[in-house]
Amino acid sequence: MSFQIKTLDIEPRRQTFAYIARRFGADRPASRYEEATYDVQARTNFHYRPIWAPEYEIHDENRTAVVMADWYVFKDPRQFYYATYNQSRAAMNQVLDGNFDTVEERGMLARVAPEWLATAKAYLVPLRHYEWGANMNNFTIADYGYGTQITSAAAFHAADRLGMAQVLGRIGLLLDDQTGASLDEGHAAWTDGAEWQDLRRAVEDMFVVEDWFEVFVAQNLAMDGILHPLVFDHFDAAGQAHNGAPLSMLTGFMVDWFKDSSRWVDAVIKAAAQESDANRALLSGWYATWSARAVQVARPLADRVLGDVGMGEGAEAAVATVAEQLNARARKLGLDV
Amino acid sequence: MTRNVSITLQNTADARPIIEAITEDNPEATVADFPSMVKIDCPGRLVVKQDSVSERIGREWDVQELHLSLITLSGNIDEDDDQFVLAWT
Amino acid sequence: MAKKKKMGLKQKYALLTRGLDWETTYQPMDKVFPYDKFEGIKIKDWDAWEDPFRLTMDAYWKFQAEKERKLYAVIDSFSQNNGHLGLTDARYLSAVKLFLTGVSPLEYMAHRQFAHLGRHLRGAGPRVAAQMQSLDELRHAQTQIHTISHYNRYFDGFHDWQHMHDRVWYLSVPKSFFDDAASAGPFEFLTSISFSFEYVLTNLLFVPFMSGAAYNGDLATVTFGFSAQSDESRHMTLGLEVIKFMLEQDEGNVPIVQRWIDKWFWRGYRLLSLVGMMMDYMLPKKIMSWQEAWEMYFEEQGGALFEDLARYGIRPPKYHDVASKEKDRISHEVWAIFYQYTHAAGFHTWDVDEAHKAWLSEKYPNTFDKLYRPRLEMWKGMADAGNRFYNNALPQLCTTCQIPMGFTEPDDPSTICFRSSEYGGDTYHFCSDGCKDIFDHEPEKYVQSWLPVHQIYQGNCGGASVEDVLKWYHLNLGTDNMAYEGSPEQKLWSQWMAGRHPVAAE
Repeated sequence: MSFQIKTLDIEPRRQTFAYIARRFGADRPASRYEEATYDVQARTNFHYRPIWAPEYEIHDENRTAVVMADWYVFKDPRQFYYATYNQSRAAMNQVLDGNFDTVEERGMLARVAPEWLATAKAYLVPLRHYEWGANMNNFTIADYGYGTQITSAAAFHAADRLGMAQVLGRIGLLLDDQTGASLDEGHAAWTDGAEWQDLRRAVEDMFVVEDWFEVFVAQNLAMDGILHPLVFDHFDAAGQAHNGAPLSMLTGFMVDWFKDSSRWVDAVIKAAAQESDANRALLSGWYATWSARAVQVARPLADRVLGDVGMGEGAEAAVATVAEQLNARARKLGLDV
Repeated sequence: MTRNVSITLQNTADARPIIEAITEDNPEATVADFPSMVKIDCPGRLVVKQDSVSERIGREWDVQELHLSLITLSGNIDEDDDQFVLAWT
Repeated sequence: MAKKKKMGLKQKYALLTRGLDWETTYQPMDKVFPYDKFEGIKIKDWDAWEDPFRLTMDAYWKFQAEKERKLYAVIDSFSQNNGHLGLTDARYLSAVKLFLTGVSPLEYMAHRQFAHLGRHLRGAGPRVAAQMQSLDELRHAQTQIHTISHYNRYFDGFHDWQHMHDRVWYLSVPKSFFDDAASAGPFEFLTSISFSFEYVLTNLLFVPFMSGAAYNGDLATVTFGFSAQSDESRHMTLGLEVIKFMLEQDEGNVPIVQRWIDKWFWRGYRLLSLVGMMMDYMLPKKIMSWQEAWEMYFEEQGGALFEDLARYGIRPPKYHDVASKEKDRISHEVWAIFYQYTHAAGFHTWDVDEAHKAWLSEKYPNTFDKLYRPRLEMWKGMADAGNRFYNNALPQLCTTCQIPMGFTEPDDPSTICFRSSEYGGDTYHFCSDGCKDIFDHEPEKYVQSWLPVHQIYQGNCGGASVEDVLKWYHLNLGTDNMAYEGSPEQKLWSQWMAGRHPVAAE
């Protein structure tokens, strides 16, 4: 039944698709990331203009003030395409599930100081709404962005944010014995609690920003660049004095995620800023506006969380530290800070 | 006249216990084989029961695992922890 | 295990997903969600949305990663083992070429448009469903590219699929279909893609085609196809839920939705005539005829569906009766178009052999021998005499579906159907009443159509000669196009098969 392959001349006629060969200047075997990411989006000869936005083509470079000669210079350092993205997140989630099981089965939350548990609940649970806002903002990028490279990564980033909103919700359910009461309280805090309103206002303001690249800078670089380190590093560190380690096991996902996704955010900012002085000025302006805003919204939160455990005098320093770290990061990416 | 609901599954080792469970739990179901797939029709309503599949595979089956084998369906869906129901109202 | 009773799926989903949303107050909701009112659909209560599937992201990642692990294992093994040598015949690949250049780009478009809905639908339930579909559609585009990448290495016509999709005359049929949906409002988009296409018609694309792939040794395509279908059931259900939701929310929505169903049934049906051709003519081993698929998936399953929707005052789509009248005709009519214009296509056609004709005759007893066999035999005679028929006149295209005028009158299969409308001092041409109705309702939209033949005449397609245009398409002339008989692909395939038979017979 078998046949001898050796006797057959089955040499490939080409190594990859023509659009990949043109782009990289050679017909060489291409990676899966390359074949599935470069130049997949339609560019021309659209048939009809959106009736809901007739000033634009269906995909249109003019939906942002950023100008690029080539929209495929935003290589994701992680080289995520759908399969590798999901496999990465499934693996991260498996670790998280294991941690949830351990914390729950060993009753580890009982070892955490009750006042810290209450504080953690008060800042972690409402934060899921912030993640949900970040999910919307990244779908704005996937919607209006130009080129498969940026839209596919933005969609993954958006899905991550929904995932993390749900992780924070699960932490709430663990803390409230699966009644959902903590989620209701968290929702009320998000909509009415004094320390959350500056943040919520900033999130809602991002919802109505029209330039998708500004949304990228505002959400993924500025707001996240302040809030994620503040909450998941500084607040978490403060909790260690109150036996907060079991909670760290539940928020480790966010810490790993921030490291991982920052590589992509940085690559995008860097490539856009490098393109031209005009882009750099534009991005720097957006960064200045939104990082100042992020610092402003972070303060009441830091005051409340650290103040709750008698560390209120450290709030200003904590925010200043993350702000300085973010400025250093932005400078490194080529922005004028 | 009662119209058929319909579910089509891949013809794989993972799907076979599901197909068996469906045919046992829905006596009116008819099964048609196609290359690499199996189409099951049933008048009005068809149920896939979590415990029937679990019993066949010797471990706890998650109803959402159905989607790994599912090709297409016809009917209104209601999915919960215990069963997956297809029905016309 | 001494675990606490797990929270039920429904409750968990409601708390973890639906509960995330809030009413914005610093910015007005209408500014945050600016697109969900202008179409005239009234939604009184977004919370009344029923989530049919309740996937949280952790479950999504887990199941999707598992599907991808299985799929890529098959793709790798197919590639390592020269799986293409197991195909029934290289002619089969014309279907796959049409799929990659015509369908895969639409999967990517769907990714983007569901991202638009995943951001802009006001209710959290449908928004998350749209988000997951956006991710799924990206998956489908990417897995199709990866699977077909192997065929591209060995066969012609796959090499520049996206470039072709934006330009080639017959690919404007699928492209304009999706552009039409993407340029509509969110509720019309959901009716067009989620309901009319995914729920009512998609089975006609994927199920027989993928089963046909399995039958023809195309392990790779059948695997990505069925793996994609496992997401499709979620998408189909979104389509059905969204229709019921709109109809239940306000009586005033019913006529709007009905008109969209009418429009998108016809738009999708015309697009699927290409699939009819693939099923009846391009699969060396056939799985079922277009007519049988139409009867099973539209007349039977679709019939049950529209009976179910009658309680809302919805009737079956306008002209479904015409589609049923045409069910023993359209695949033959479309094949005839592509046979004549194969010199301008990125895939091959061929003279149908006797066994195939016998199958067509059996499947289409009322039409094949009378209407189509004589034409096929005439063409075969011309080819045998060294004069294979190519039509060098540029065809007239339907302004709406953009298929060349080759469909016949609903009640007279021997007369080509022509319709026309006047708008703004110009005359526009259509293949059918269905396509004319669509234009007449929104002429300001369809006058924008990028009609390939008009564009060629206007000098926008690389030059004045056919050769200039084909080069502009990036077709490799004499390789990608023309009859299968005598093509480099046929020669190569014969060599491969000749090389394997003596050994296989040992």
